[in-house]
Amino acid sequence: MTDKVLDNVESRLGDGVVRDERGGYSGYLVPAARLANVARTARDELGYDYLSSVTGVDYLPEGKLEVVYQLYPTAGGAGLVLKAQLPREAPVVPSLVPLFPGAELQEREVWDLLGIRFEGHPDLRRVLLWEGFAGHPLRKDWTEAYFEEDAKPFKSRWPEGKIHRIEDKVPFRHNVAYPPDFTPDGWVPEGDAALYAGLGQVTGGGNGGDPALNTDEIIVNLGPQHPSTHGVFRVVVRLDGETVVDLKPVMGYLHRNHEKIAERNTFLMNMPFTDRLDYFSSMGNNFGYALAVEKLMGIQPPERAEYLRVMMAELTRIQNHLSAIGFLLNDLGAFFTPVMYAFEERELILDIFEATSGSRMMCNYFRFGGLERDLPDGVLPKIRELVYERLPRKVDELDRYLTENEIVRARCIGVGVLTRERAIALSAAGPVLRASGVPYDVRRAEPYSIYDRFDFDVAVRPHGDVYDRYLIRFDEIRQSLRILDQVLKQLPEGEIQTGKPQYQARVPAGEAYGRVENPKGELGYYVISTGKPTPWRYHVRAPSFINLTTLAEMSRGYKLADVVVSLGSIDIVLGEVDR
Amino acid sequence: MYGLGMLKGLGVTLKHFVVTYLEDLRWIGKRYDSPESLAVRQGSQARGAFTVQYPEVKLPVPEEFRFTPILLYEEGPNGERKDRCTSCGICAKVCPPQCIWIVRTTDPATGRPVPEPAEFYIDVDICMNCGLCAEFCPFDAIKMDHNYEMATWDRLSDKERLLKPLSYYAAIRPNNYAREEAARAEKEAAKAARQA
Amino acid sequence: MSDELNHPEIDVPEELRRNVAITTLDKIYNWGRRSSVWPMFWGLACCAIEMICTATSRYDLSRFGMEVMRPSPRQADLMIVSGTVTKKLIPQIVRLYNQMGEPKYVIAMGACASGGGPFKEGYNVVSGVDQFVPVDVYVPGCPPTPQALLHGFAKLREKIDTQSVTSVRWYQKAPVEPIPIPLLGPDLINPRDLPALRDRAAQPAAAQS
Repeated sequence: MTDKVLDNVESRLGDGVVRDERGGYSGYLVPAARLANVARTARDELGYDYLSSVTGVDYLPEGKLEVVYQLYPTAGGAGLVLKAQLPREAPVVPSLVPLFPGAELQEREVWDLLGIRFEGHPDLRRVLLWEGFAGHPLRKDWTEAYFEEDAKPFKSRWPEGKIHRIEDKVPFRHNVAYPPDFTPDGWVPEGDAALYAGLGQVTGGGNGGDPALNTDEIIVNLGPQHPSTHGVFRVVVRLDGETVVDLKPVMGYLHRNHEKIAERNTFLMNMPFTDRLDYFSSMGNNFGYALAVEKLMGIQPPERAEYLRVMMAELTRIQNHLSAIGFLLNDLGAFFTPVMYAFEERELILDIFEATSGSRMMCNYFRFGGLERDLPDGVLPKIRELVYERLPRKVDELDRYLTENEIVRARCIGVGVLTRERAIALSAAGPVLRASGVPYDVRRAEPYSIYDRFDFDVAVRPHGDVYDRYLIRFDEIRQSLRILDQVLKQLPEGEIQTGKPQYQARVPAGEAYGRVENPKGELGYYVISTGKPTPWRYHVRAPSFINLTTLAEMSRGYKLADVVVSLGSIDIVLGEVDR
Repeated sequence: MYGLGMLKGLGVTLKHFVVTYLEDLRWIGKRYDSPESLAVRQGSQARGAFTVQYPEVKLPVPEEFRFTPILLYEEGPNGERKDRCTSCGICAKVCPPQCIWIVRTTDPATGRPVPEPAEFYIDVDICMNCGLCAEFCPFDAIKMDHNYEMATWDRLSDKERLLKPLSYYAAIRPNNYAREEAARAEKEAAKAARQA
Repeated sequence: MSDELNHPEIDVPEELRRNVAITTLDKIYNWGRRSSVWPMFWGLACCAIEMICTATSRYDLSRFGMEVMRPSPRQADLMIVSGTVTKKLIPQIVRLYNQMGEPKYVIAMGACASGGGPFKEGYNVVSGVDQFVPVDVYVPGCPPTPQALLHGFAKLREKIDTQSVTSVRWYQKAPVEPIPIPLLGPDLINPRDLPALRDRAAQPAAAQS
């Protein structure tokens, strides 16, 4: 953005809003009291109608907490960063849920992990941990039972060489720590009382409240062990007969503390951890993280590496969408045959990943300023064969096999409708957003890497129902094949790494938000460096997690069986939802 | 006509079914499980039955495939072993989940560190198979294994199991081995030239 | 009925335990069981995707009579713990394990389920499912490739082959006790630790570390 535009923004945002002048930082500091007003101005007057990410940072040395909002215009272009600074004791900030309903789960996450209260939030409960958990883990002064040192590498590994199992060093021989005054006598687990209370009245409300046919509404739990929840995900549904009245997603069953661990890791160590976020698309995860850190380091990968990165990201998109289609059909009841067909192609793409990076799923292939290695011999012809011969044919075949099937159409058309306005308001991303008629694709809206060089269409579908979300995946596969065709034709020779590969990346102080269009939506990494070998803050804007905000909207008024289909059409992956 | 879409779809599955048999006929008289047939049946030309009959037939793993780390030693002419590892600690420093412990050897007489590990321990239950240790080892001493058949009835891990001869590495990763040995030889030659 | 099966009245004398009739019976019994191990249909994390791959056409679980994945634990023989076990989930895992009918087996697939894996240090991670339920086979790898998982199944079949009707726990006279279900408090509470926790609370604060 030019200075002129910035000045304009500044004057419009109003009093008390100052530029963030810390070295390497950008955006605006907003007084907490004025946050809602400023956000409304940004949305209504300046066009920043899409709240991409909400997160918090604990600046322990300064004694402050900070809430960071990333806003973007759906018309495309650079974003606006708003920050509110709060005291570490009893921090409260006004909730943005009334303005941006998409902030709901994210604000709950910030409350859960950092203990920042959002005033006016409709249902402020813990989201990843459980009610009754002691403490807020992402606070810098909170440590877990297995805590060893603030930063890796740990001295006990080398040079001290004290081989140990951490279990043997802690009380109870397990990864647990209790508050010193905790006693199990008279203690009762908090359980799910707050969750059920949030779902509201259930007695006597059924049959549209008709007193003659008065029945009770019922509450049904799906998951965490349920064949159609795509992992350990739980949905609590309030039902009137078979019709969904309200719904609450419950997650955290796979919360693996990625962010807390990442703040101890060095920058490079986080790369293989990002593989395990959206484990269908590890190459895409690598891409976003590499971009964020490269932004901080101010380096660019060489040409060939850029092309190979795009190639891998698009292959990832194809295999992810193929699996998504297969699993959606699974949820519709076409058990396993579509998955078998989809996975046959996926296996062939995974063979390429395995030959190139060494692992089928956990690729760990990107490095800051380049890639781990060049394509080994014999891989490129395989990719060519796939892209030019096999995949177009096989995608058409899958299309022919499923798309016109009357059962698929009857179950999908007009089901789980998400309107354009609600999709933007709920911060939906990726295929979910585009199937609701919003042509927003990070590759086009704010091109990263070398996506501005390729000729491709942003897939859009107008209806916002399950069928459109199904079709748009085929559209995107075909666009990816188009990009791959151009990549293969233009692929230059040359280096694949800028400078010498280093295991201790020197990252200057500052903040960076790197975002990519992952198969499941906009994946963002918010990384803060203080110049030390480990990041001070590392946050992942997970598309699957935020897309789940739309599930209640998609399900209300439809039948219980449609919840499963709507969930399948969002295409979540639990590693990313819970991190 | 209602039902046409379904029939079309069933046509696709029927075609798959028929092709399975046609493809089997194609391999009659040739060895179905030979490396050549496997390359075709598991490559982008794959048609028909896609199944690999593990454990009788195994899908070949590519050279870069990585599973758990191994330590390499050089074999002398009389069968003596020389660890390549110098216990420099780079693998332990770069390991993301910190699953590598290295106990350094000290010379009992002088008390100075000796460049070989007294103990080298990898907790396989923590290792994430990321390959960073192998990537950054300056002595080509730690490498990623190809053996994935490690399922056991108990938890395990010790140095003896980790140690593999260099010839094993040369067998599983011939290209990498050739490249690295050439680089080593070059370095040695340069060193010798400097000393001369 | 099920109680009768769990407490067979036929008491095989010690000196007859190794007799030919029983071993032949064992062979038939084990052959039957190992050829139709039905896994429970659920996945936890990354490894679950490799588990699904194992079930698809390339690796084809049905060759081992294992393609019948049962969504209900009551119909399943095998629980594949395919991913990171978190504290929030472990009560459910234990409950599912208790609900499975005997004979039941558990495979810890991948580093996370075996011993915590790369996320072991995390505050919400259980260091291995064997902290709570007995594990029969550990499959290392992060994630294990489908063929590695198939090797794990082969190990399980080997294990089944070594069992004998005279000694397996589900034909013993004593009932098999269910595993106490962990509680979610300020942190995960294993009911077996409750006495120790009470002792700790009774001690003066200074004595606690």
